[in-house]
Amino acid sequence: MRAVTVFLIALPCILAVALFLRSRPILERVPVLDLLTSDVWRPSRGEFGFLPFLMGSAWVTILAMAIATPLCLLTAIYVSEYASPAFTAVFRPVIDVLAGIPSIVYGLWGVLAIVPAVERIAPFVGRHLGFVPGLSTASFVTGDCVLSGAVVLAVMVAPVIIAVSVEVLGAVPRELREAALSVGATKWQTVKLVVLRKSFAGLVAAVILGFARALGETMAVLMVVGNVANVPGSIFEAAYPLPALIANNYGEMMSVPLYDSALLLAALVLLAVVILFNLGARAALKLVTVRFRR
Amino acid sequence: MRWRRIEERVFGVLMLLATAVVVGSLVWIAGVIVYRGAGALKLSMLVQLPRGGAYGREGGILNGIVGSVLLSLPATILAGMVALPACIILQDEHAGRNPFIRSARLSLDVLWGVPSIVYGAFGYILMVYMGLRASLLAGIVAITFVQLPIVARAIDEVMRTVPLELKEAAFATGATRFEVATRVVVRQSLPGILTGLLLGFGRGIGDAAALLFTAGYTDGIPASLTEPAASLPLTVFYLLGAPYPEARAKAYAAAFVLLAIVLVVSVVSRLATAKLRRSTVI
Repeated sequence: MRAVTVFLIALPCILAVALFLRSRPILERVPVLDLLTSDVWRPSRGEFGFLPFLMGSAWVTILAMAIATPLCLLTAIYVSEYASPAFTAVFRPVIDVLAGIPSIVYGLWGVLAIVPAVERIAPFVGRHLGFVPGLSTASFVTGDCVLSGAVVLAVMVAPVIIAVSVEVLGAVPRELREAALSVGATKWQTVKLVVLRKSFAGLVAAVILGFARALGETMAVLMVVGNVANVPGSIFEAAYPLPALIANNYGEMMSVPLYDSALLLAALVLLAVVILFNLGARAALKLVTVRFRR
Repeated sequence: MRWRRIEERVFGVLMLLATAVVVGSLVWIAGVIVYRGAGALKLSMLVQLPRGGAYGREGGILNGIVGSVLLSLPATILAGMVALPACIILQDEHAGRNPFIRSARLSLDVLWGVPSIVYGAFGYILMVYMGLRASLLAGIVAITFVQLPIVARAIDEVMRTVPLELKEAAFATGATRFEVATRVVVRQSLPGILTGLLLGFGRGIGDAAALLFTAGYTDGIPASLTEPAASLPLTVFYLLGAPYPEARAKAYAAAFVLLAIVLVVSVVSRLATAKLRRSTVI
């Protein structure tokens, strides 16, 4: 039984080492910095620039978090501080169901509902707000773009952020709230000045966990984001996030030299970033729980 | 004073709006999938293999349904076989101070966050290393990795709620460590273990990214572990890109079936847990 546990402890390292060994051929050929900062992706000529994919991931994920964070935190505060127990009893399973929906189903929803909606609003936004950087529709082609991917992602990461946030808010001792209320603070003042301040690190952790989840999400994003290897300049342009790159090209891996090495390097980069974010979030969560235990 | 009241109101409304958006998007998703999927689903699809050329315009999605079960059921069992003994080890009285146990829990947290596409890539490396091609076996291994942290964390969480006094009582009557683990800890956390396994199964059956490299796709049903296997998520994915409306209709139907399976598993796990819980003290 101990051996199994040792295996579990070693597994993250095994993952990283396996991916590293397989991506070494390309790392030996091209310096890492060149790989990460070049925007030329022509595998058949041996040019592997990851910048379009890194930027694609960044655009989609950051926009998704910009949509999801306020929505999820407000929802979590409502559920934890304001809602009746009856509402919470219904809401919990709803969140569990949302978390359990397969990503391909989110993707299909994106294709059937979000992409057409984005297609309809894009010309309108472009006409009235096109001068704002990031909102230009000059190179708008179809609804398969950064915005569609971000909306689908925002809904997908919501259960993670809400579940962790509700837990963090619930860990704030009730006495603190009562003390604030008893000196005449209103409900919202109590939330703003006591609950949120006490649980700040935990809420940051919830958002980081959501961010890490969004960064690695593959199928749903792949289906609605367009997959064009360009650094996007607007939310209405197609993007090509890192996970989509790996997923889309697995079939051609073997035929082009260094190609599979490059794709596994992409997986390694993804793994490293996601692990870093997760460790950061765990550290922040620990900070909160330790503080309350005193 | 006035500003305070306005702020109170504004945030009250914002919170209600946000909650409505979150709940509304679930209703929207379910609505879209049920409306398009149930409309496209014919009962004959559930029992027929695809027929009629490259994209299988005719026939059904039986290959996906059977393939998904063949992939995620063994994966769930494998994940349980790894997670259960590991979690028993984690239930030490001094777990908080034991660096071995703390690093195991940290590792589970890290593994939980690893995207399934990375498990897919790792499964692919293993597969090539063992000289396999895309096959049912490679798919099972990849899905096992995806499920493992989910199952293990769920089991660990529930085992941690077993009261220390209960274990001490068993030790006091002369039970060995093994007996306490199996007859007290596992027995008491049986409902939670079942929930964890079903949670893992639900996640495994819906996962597509880990299968892309490893399980491949086929219009038939794999006859052995070394043959490629289809799966419901990949059925949705591939048929959605088909140029024929009949094939796309099958994709909608497959998504509906997948969603139905996941929801049924989730409900069953709730009911079963409630029933099993009656026979435990916690």
